[in-house]
Amino acid sequence: MTATPLLSVTDARVRFGEVRALDGVTLAIRQGECIGLVGHNGAGKSTIVNVINGGLTPQEGQIAADGAPLMHWSVTEARARGLRCVFQELSLCPNLTVTENTRLMHRGSLGGWGWRGRARAVISAALDTVFPGHGINPAATVGALSIAQRQMVEIAMAFSDAGIAPRVVILDEPTSSLDAGLAAQLLDHVRRFVGQGGAVILVSHILGEILNTATRIVVMKDGRIAAERPARAFDTAGLVAAMGSTAKAQARGTQGGRDAAEVLRLTLPRGLPFVARKGEVIGLAGLGGHGQTEALVALFEAASPAWWPARDPAVTFVAGDRRLNGTFDLWSILRNMSVASLPDLARRGLVQAGAEAARGAEWKDRIGIRTPDMGLSILSLSGGNQQKVLFARALSTRAPVVLMDDPMRGVDIGTKQEVYDIIRAEAAGGRTFVWYSTEMDEMTLCDRVYVFRDGIIAADLSGDAISEHAILAASFAGAA
Amino acid sequence: MRWRPSPEALRLALPVMALAALLVSVFVMRPNVMGYNGLHLLFKLGIPIALATLAQMVIMSVNDLDLSMGSFVSFVACVTATWLVDAPLIGALMLAGAIAVYAALGMVIAARGLPSIVVTLGMSFVWAGLAVLVLPTPGGTAPGWVAAVMGARPALMPVGIAGSILIAVLAHLLIMRSSFGVLIRGVGGNERSVSRAGWSVLLARGAAYATAATFAVASGITLVGLMTSADANIALRYTLLSIAGVILGGGEFTGGRVSAIGAVVGALTLLLAGSFLTFLNVPPDWQIGAQGMILILILALRLLLVRLERRGARA
Repeated sequence: MTATPLLSVTDARVRFGEVRALDGVTLAIRQGECIGLVGHNGAGKSTIVNVINGGLTPQEGQIAADGAPLMHWSVTEARARGLRCVFQELSLCPNLTVTENTRLMHRGSLGGWGWRGRARAVISAALDTVFPGHGINPAATVGALSIAQRQMVEIAMAFSDAGIAPRVVILDEPTSSLDAGLAAQLLDHVRRFVGQGGAVILVSHILGEILNTATRIVVMKDGRIAAERPARAFDTAGLVAAMGSTAKAQARGTQGGRDAAEVLRLTLPRGLPFVARKGEVIGLAGLGGHGQTEALVALFEAASPAWWPARDPAVTFVAGDRRLNGTFDLWSILRNMSVASLPDLARRGLVQAGAEAARGAEWKDRIGIRTPDMGLSILSLSGGNQQKVLFARALSTRAPVVLMDDPMRGVDIGTKQEVYDIIRAEAAGGRTFVWYSTEMDEMTLCDRVYVFRDGIIAADLSGDAISEHAILAASFAGAA
Repeated sequence: MRWRPSPEALRLALPVMALAALLVSVFVMRPNVMGYNGLHLLFKLGIPIALATLAQMVIMSVNDLDLSMGSFVSFVACVTATWLVDAPLIGALMLAGAIAVYAALGMVIAARGLPSIVVTLGMSFVWAGLAVLVLPTPGGTAPGWVAAVMGARPALMPVGIAGSILIAVLAHLLIMRSSFGVLIRGVGGNERSVSRAGWSVLLARGAAYATAATFAVASGITLVGLMTSADANIALRYTLLSIAGVILGGGEFTGGRVSAIGAVVGALTLLLAGSFLTFLNVPPDWQIGAQGMILILILALRLLLVRLERRGARA
């Protein structure tokens, strides 16, 4: 721990308008350590990550690399020193192949005749090292890959070596789209990489990953470092306490019953049929990418007319990939929220500004959107708060069924608890929720769980039969 | 695993089939076209249209659109028919300056985040005005070397077809296979990740616009070589024709999804559609509408293909 830090940030301060995103953060990254970075949404994790990777210059504070203070720190400089970053939202070019993306990521070191062969070798080697048996063809267009495969490519890209070896790799929620097996492969590789003298900053909301992988854990809160200790000095409860939210035990209430009215039905070509009843919270479980999202989209399309919107919407949708199909980036928070229920807020075709603002204020309080003004741009919010706006958009409609496509991706525990409570309250009021999630904890909150495997429903669990063991058993072929 | 054609191949198959279908229809209606001279006349204008379409494709690969393509090609044609004949050095400098203006436009658009449609719409009037200044009345002559190249009669196939194939191959190498091509398509696909990797999006856009202008200059020069004279309105239709050609050839308006070979095939298909309608004795008044119908028909087929593609990706 006495070695010169590879990279250090001293007393960094960043303000976005009125918001203090970083309020004096000092962080040093040394060889052979994996720093686990945890905190609420809006605690400053993404901001410090952006400062470290050169994407953001702090208004105050110094950055030093290999012990020498730097006057000028930029993305180019950071990359030249072997710093790599995997961002929370996927950032490959979907129109290019994996090989072509590799060429772009290694700007100065792959050019010239025959770059395709070199780029293919570089990315194949990295994929084979991080995710043995990945089955990804480097000639495939990224847009044609599944979201998990895209994340695998992006992670492998960060660990790939084309002249400048990676020394510090920042992983921001790297496992959010990976299933358990792939996540384990990645974390194994992180340990290996750190063991060989590399350094990793791991941002994750899955505390188990942090506790098992990191050597040192940094807890952030309100733009400051709230706690910084070796990983073995923490346990889950301690981490949650340091983040400032309390882990509540969730009581499962079985509101919807087998005898309630059926509101949705989807017959899949094979496997068990999908049935949803009034007031039920239905979980879609299973390994990532086994047909859950497709089932949600099929449910949505089956229940909503294609040509003309119905006066009374039957279903509403909460997107998981909010950049792709969630937020309107140029609109205000209020507009983003009210867009799904404009007919309810309109009289004679004109939106009533007063009614819209009142609806916005109601949901701002109810779901706890942390903003001084609903008129600000949606992008002024942190990721978790943006997701809350999408929830408010869906819940403020009159649709009796809410479809949710892994909506809690990258959302902090405090926010989750608040949303869980709202879901339970709405379900008690007779709403039906169909909820795809990659997190086991969320499945135990459901009244009933359909476990997907290879695109079909492999199991239908309800009540006390919902357990981690039962879901895992149904997720893996031959395990049941 | 069963072999499945790649999405790119499927996308390219449609314009190729459309071109083949039109060609067969033309052959059935006018069997005497099926010779060297017939094909020469049919595809005579193929080279300039293909070049203009490629120019538009390069602009579209960085998520922009060039509404000044037609007036720019007209301006180039006017310069070619006058200055490039009388004072080749000054003429060449004028064309090089025009390319530099395009590069500067691309960088201004990137730096200020301007909508390319508005900027190029404004520039279309500038180019149109300059064209009239250079050549107030129709006329001029083609430079000798241009006329010689465009009037060549290669042994195997007419110059229109041979030239189009050569251009398609060169553009494919530049845009689809080279690092430079990957960079500009990457800007179209995800600008942020390109700049995060340390590239300058400003320079990339500027280079893309300069490349497009180079193709457009080539289009104007070859057009004069075929027509042997120029006027300020000679290529105004190229704006819409080039956009339609890119889309027909499998390109998209956004997302950096383009195909160089597809763009050339798309341009030739549109060219042939014009002749096809003439052979059908469709009155000229109706031809543009009928050409639009052909375009809609092909794009409807493309939607079907996209569905197939999705199904393929899911399986």
